[in-house]
Amino acid sequence: MSVSSIPQAQLDLGVKLRDPDFSSRIVWLSLIVLLLWPLAVATEFRPSIFWDPDNRKVTADFLASFWPLVYNAEFMIMVANETWRTVAMATAGVTLALVLAVPLSLVATRVLSLSALSGRMNRWPAALRWCVRAVLIVLRSIPELVWALVFVRVVGLGPTAGVLAIALTYGGMLGKVYAEILESGESHATHALMRNGSGRLQAFVYALLPSHAAELASYTVYRWECAIRSSVVLGFVGAGGLGQQLDNSMKMFNGGEVATLLLVFVFLVALADRASVWLRRALA
Amino acid sequence: MKQVPPHSPPSRGYSREAANPPYKLPPTLFDARCWACWLTAALLLLVIASFVSLKLDWTAFASMEAARSMYRFMAEFFPPDTSPQFLAKVGIAAWETLAMSALGTAIAAVLGLALAVPASRMSSQDPAWLRSPTRWLLNALRAIPELVWAALLLISAGLGPMAGTLALALHTSGVLGRLFSEAMENIPTGPGDALRTQGVGPLRVFAYATLPQVLPQLMSYTLYRWENNIRAAAVLGVVGAGGLGQLLSFNMGLFLMNKTATILGAMLLMVACVDALSFGLRRWLNR
Repeated sequence: MSVSSIPQAQLDLGVKLRDPDFSSRIVWLSLIVLLLWPLAVATEFRPSIFWDPDNRKVTADFLASFWPLVYNAEFMIMVANETWRTVAMATAGVTLALVLAVPLSLVATRVLSLSALSGRMNRWPAALRWCVRAVLIVLRSIPELVWALVFVRVVGLGPTAGVLAIALTYGGMLGKVYAEILESGESHATHALMRNGSGRLQAFVYALLPSHAAELASYTVYRWECAIRSSVVLGFVGAGGLGQQLDNSMKMFNGGEVATLLLVFVFLVALADRASVWLRRALA
Repeated sequence: MKQVPPHSPPSRGYSREAANPPYKLPPTLFDARCWACWLTAALLLLVIASFVSLKLDWTAFASMEAARSMYRFMAEFFPPDTSPQFLAKVGIAAWETLAMSALGTAIAAVLGLALAVPASRMSSQDPAWLRSPTRWLLNALRAIPELVWAALLLISAGLGPMAGTLALALHTSGVLGRLFSEAMENIPTGPGDALRTQGVGPLRVFAYATLPQVLPQLMSYTLYRWENNIRAAAVLGVVGAGGLGQLLSFNMGLFLMNKTATILGAMLLMVACVDALSFGLRRWLNR
């Protein structure tokens, strides 16, 4: 095809429209459908049950009961109490998580090893660091909901189980990420101090911490925001707070209360999100 | 009448003319204009208020009795139940969890893409009327956690993995929709503008200019969320939405601790495998 014929072809309205990528699109789409089919079978995915008349009536009734919202004084005071309890559970949990995470991350950080200054780390410190890291990973990979289920059995229903669950999971997360943050940056200042005879704690306080403080604080604030979200979820297994109220209202099919609680919850999450963004910007 | 001293110093540049600059006092510990001080004070107050108002059961943390009951509880876990029938059951539940997370993420990717298009401003001429309302919808979908969606959906979808799948899909579509729309607004506008000036309609501009540019990013966001969703799917069953979590809460409710231990082990193994796989994949992609 010569160059001069291209504008001609575009002006010609009778030109055939052709998708240059047609065959590849069809192949990929059919491959995806083929892959998703067994998944749909495994999850008993039958959207048709939403069109079942009985089911449709139950769903419509429940959704219709969302309006009007319940907002009498007694209920709202209770909601305010539970909201505060949710925030308090998250805050107390993150505080205890810090108590767990800070010492563990100090032990796990390779930058603060004295023996590693002269080449390889000694065998025992290396083994200790590896063990601490393994502990942190195990703490982190058990979801907080499972910890909460366990603690509800041991210490009974109530916020103690929720706080302990958040403390353990978030202790693992914070410890692992703190260790990674401390190892990520420049280590010259820290090593210079340690080579000149300062202790490891001194090197941490005067060299390692100042250069990473903003990042550490910002990650902690972000995790606090996540903890607020998960403390709502923990209420579903009996740890108190908004989640437990939501569970109760749902079990009683009280749509108005459910709607109010959901709105309060969305508002709380948005507020925590804003606060966290603002704090992290102030820290940066 | 005020007397003017004969050698009054000039009002400006006093310190500059002094032979030695005057000593600066160290900052006081608390200054009303110091933001950091107020922030620290507020944080301390929040922490103290939290601990005081929760009336935590401190004896549960640190008494011998609590340690003993914890020890007894942990001892009941052993030995884990490894009978073939039960292992097969756990295997099926694990497959169900995996399927829930994969299908939920796939639905979320489609739904997220469908919501991301109205939620983003495709060109500077695009009026984007629906941008704010769609973003509000995405925020609401995202703000409600999977578990709460699952509990809500149980009413119409019934007990079982379908409620869990849909719950994952709804929450994740909020997250992905927002990420997708940000990706679409941040691409170079050149290819789209070139098509638009030729009179190509918005649908084909999307298919031939926008989508090919953002597709790799969309894929990586989706895979990342899938990794998260496998973890979430493992616990969704606690409210009755299928998978390993349902088996866990069932056996724990009956105090069958040996079986509980097996399920917990399966959960840990699955999460560890996913972590290792994604770590390897990321390293391979970044190579």
